[in-house]
Amino acid sequence: MELTTILFLILSLISIGSAVMMLMSRNPVYSVLWLILLFFTISAHYLMLNAQFLAVVNIIVYAGAIMVLFLFVVMLMNLNADTEPMKNYRLQLVGVIAGGSLLLILVSAVMKIENNQPVMLMVGDYGLIKVLGKTLFQKFVLPFEISSILFLSAIIGAMVIAKRDTPSQITKGETEKRSS
Amino acid sequence: MDIKAYIVLALILFTIGVTGVLIRRNAIIIFMCIELMLNAVNLLLVAFSKMHAMSAVAKASPTFASDAQIFVFFIMVVAAAEVTVGLSIIMLLYRNTRSVDVNFLNRLKY
Repeated sequence: MELTTILFLILSLISIGSAVMMLMSRNPVYSVLWLILLFFTISAHYLMLNAQFLAVVNIIVYAGAIMVLFLFVVMLMNLNADTEPMKNYRLQLVGVIAGGSLLLILVSAVMKIENNQPVMLMVGDYGLIKVLGKTLFQKFVLPFEISSILFLSAIIGAMVIAKRDTPSQITKGETEKRSS
Repeated sequence: MDIKAYIVLALILFTIGVTGVLIRRNAIIIFMCIELMLNAVNLLLVAFSKMHAMSAVAKASPTFASDAQIFVFFIMVVAAAEVTVGLSIIMLLYRNTRSVDVNFLNRLKY
């Protein structure tokens, strides 16, 4: 067996195991931590597929920013294992069966493919920042600029949604606090 | 490595995400499962770009493989924007119901 095959198998086992553990753990904080481990293994997969820039971006954006946001929200809500109410085991069984049959169908469809091309690992330099940056700023300038508008609208939307109260309610609450 | 191995890995991760959405009732866990599905698709896109990087089409245009990675980059951008809005909606839900159980949300109002 080649070294890359062994590496692929180990990384895949870790990523599938951490994905399952993310589902199984009762405490949401542990789920977030397992998901961070999963993102690190996916970054390692990117490295093996010559996507070095994407690997770094995956760690910075997903493990660094998004998951910290999740952890922040989980800790802000003070969720722990007892928060989730008693679950219905029969419904869970139905969910697992549905997911398993989806996997069965998809995998059996994929196994029918005759054209099984090899993926040459660790060859080429098109994942480097130099190449990707040229592509991004020459060919994909317009989508890049549009994504900045998307971010602006996301910021404004998040602030509008998460605002505590309407101004009239705030003043009402303050007057109630003063009177009490 | 064959491309089938990557397809099967991405399918397993995607299905774990789907199963998580079906069986968990905590809104935050469901949201994390959606992130997991996005990542499975990203991995598959990168694997496909690597598979076609050696083909004849790629030899004709030098930026062929980088184009596919830009796709994944934009998916990450959209995911980051989606997470901020989604988490603020979950915060709003928690503030109004004091819980993140999605079963409280069966009437589209709190």
